Amino acid sequence: MVMQEKANIPDQPRHRLTTRLWHWINALCLLILLMSGLTIFNAHPRLYWGEYGANTDHAWMAVGSSDRIGYLRVGEMRINTTGILGNWQDSEGRIQTWAFPGWATIPSYYSLADGRRWHFFFAWIFSLGLALFMMRSLWNQHIQKDLRMRRDEWRPSNIGRSIRDHSRISAIRQSAGKPYNIVQKLTYIGVIFILLPLMIITGLAMSPAMDANWPFLTDLFGGRQSARSVHFIAAFLLVLFFLIHMLMVLISRPVRQTWAMITGGNGRGSDG
Amino acid sequence: MTILTRRNLISGAAIGVGSLLTGCDALTRSPAFQDILASAETANFMVQRALGDRMELASEYGATDLSPVFRANGTRDPGTSDYRASAAQGFADWQLRLTGLFVEPQMFSLAALQKLPQRTQITRHDCVEGWSAIGQWTGVPLKILLDIAQLHESARFLVFHCADRLGGRPYYESIDLLDGFHPQTILAHQLNGEPLPVANGAPLRLRVERQLGYKHAKYVTGVEAVASLAGIGEGKGGYWQDVANYEWYAGI
Repeated sequence: MVMQEKANIPDQPRHRLTTRLWHWINALCLLILLMSGLTIFNAHPRLYWGEYGANTDHAWMAVGSSDRIGYLRVGEMRINTTGILGNWQDSEGRIQTWAFPGWATIPSYYSLADGRRWHFFFAWIFSLGLALFMMRSLWNQHIQKDLRMRRDEWRPSNIGRSIRDHSRISAIRQSAGKPYNIVQKLTYIGVIFILLPLMIITGLAMSPAMDANWPFLTDLFGGRQSARSVHFIAAFLLVLFFLIHMLMVLISRPVRQTWAMITGGNGRGSDG
Repeated sequence: MTILTRRNLISGAAIGVGSLLTGCDALTRSPAFQDILASAETANFMVQRALGDRMELASEYGATDLSPVFRANGTRDPGTSDYRASAAQGFADWQLRLTGLFVEPQMFSLAALQKLPQRTQITRHDCVEGWSAIGQWTGVPLKILLDIAQLHESARFLVFHCADRLGGRPYYESIDLLDGFHPQTILAHQLNGEPLPVANGAPLRLRVERQLGYKHAKYVTGVEAVASLAGIGEGKGGYWQDVANYEWYAGI
């Protein structure tokens, strides 16, 4: 098989040290950034498009509570989310009307100031980690070797097969430890080079000091409130990526896959 | 010899996330850990000040970009008898005192401030909570007042004293001299061409456009020049910094 060519060099671990280090640091950062981000969202659980947006302006998305019913409103669609969003019970049985529940936020109680501190500290680690990983992965050719897409991979039949393979348990199990297929390559490139940088750029675009220094950042998204909306949407695309990533790991060979991401594993992907 | 199984992996992850949650609350309450988290504030401050030419202007907008309603937040009415009495006469007796490390401390009436050169700017107000509103502000640039009163060489910060109290404490805020002399830093007495409404800080509020809303002190009665913030309030430079862990530098 042509696809076996590169990853089978015996000395080469399945995952390089920088990839493994970054993977786990990044996983921790993203979890903390998501949960502290939800604390910040709870301070004003409404999203707008454009430069401005406050309580009397039209929000395209809002979480709220009325008559003891929690709801999520997207456009004109209103979904009852009592128990999860907008109206839920805390661990001591008290009804809370913050948008996201305590089990999803850092800290688990509402504190915008503390949520911001967690968020900005881990934003630095996340940003520096991503920058170093990108540079190192280009330098050691991880990106060029493992994520490069050959012309024949772009054939619709290959893309179609790859997508179908992701819905077949046997195919997912067989692919464990093999070179990445086209769907995996596109996903990893999309996450590493589009979604993750987008989180940083939209985050900076919300800063009033950045607006003075680099106004093009905010303009890129059509305003501060648009940047805030994109920040939120991109965060949930990352959650979606995480859920599919977990599902694929669990269906394939979760123990060996996790072990390989910790120790490196070997290129043959043998069961050992 | 596999100690790790799929089941332990999932339960291990669940326990990990659960302990992360309780652990995070414990860490949040630890002063030492707060100091570590707060180091990001120093990084944000240094990097944001290093970008651009330090006197870069915040974006200004046109009359068509104004928010239909400019939201008010924090104190919406100081409510004291003194304030009510002053409001009843259109703040004709309002006084702004420049005290502390000035060569010539000053006292200005509202009318005297309005006779000084004015600046009008349409800017976006970004609240720490996440919302934004665009408004047109008219007022006297702080630089003009600082030039009249002349700072002592030892002055490093400007503290804004306010007529409102929150939770029994007087509201106050502070900025450094770089923001103090910034051309868009004004003491505004008009919003959207009208006298400043009570909810938005009548008769005088600070505009410090490159920082978040809580820095924009309302109901300003005095500007005190100091060498250090240590002796003011609890020493963290502002009401929200003292009562919660809000950052003194609110550029992000």
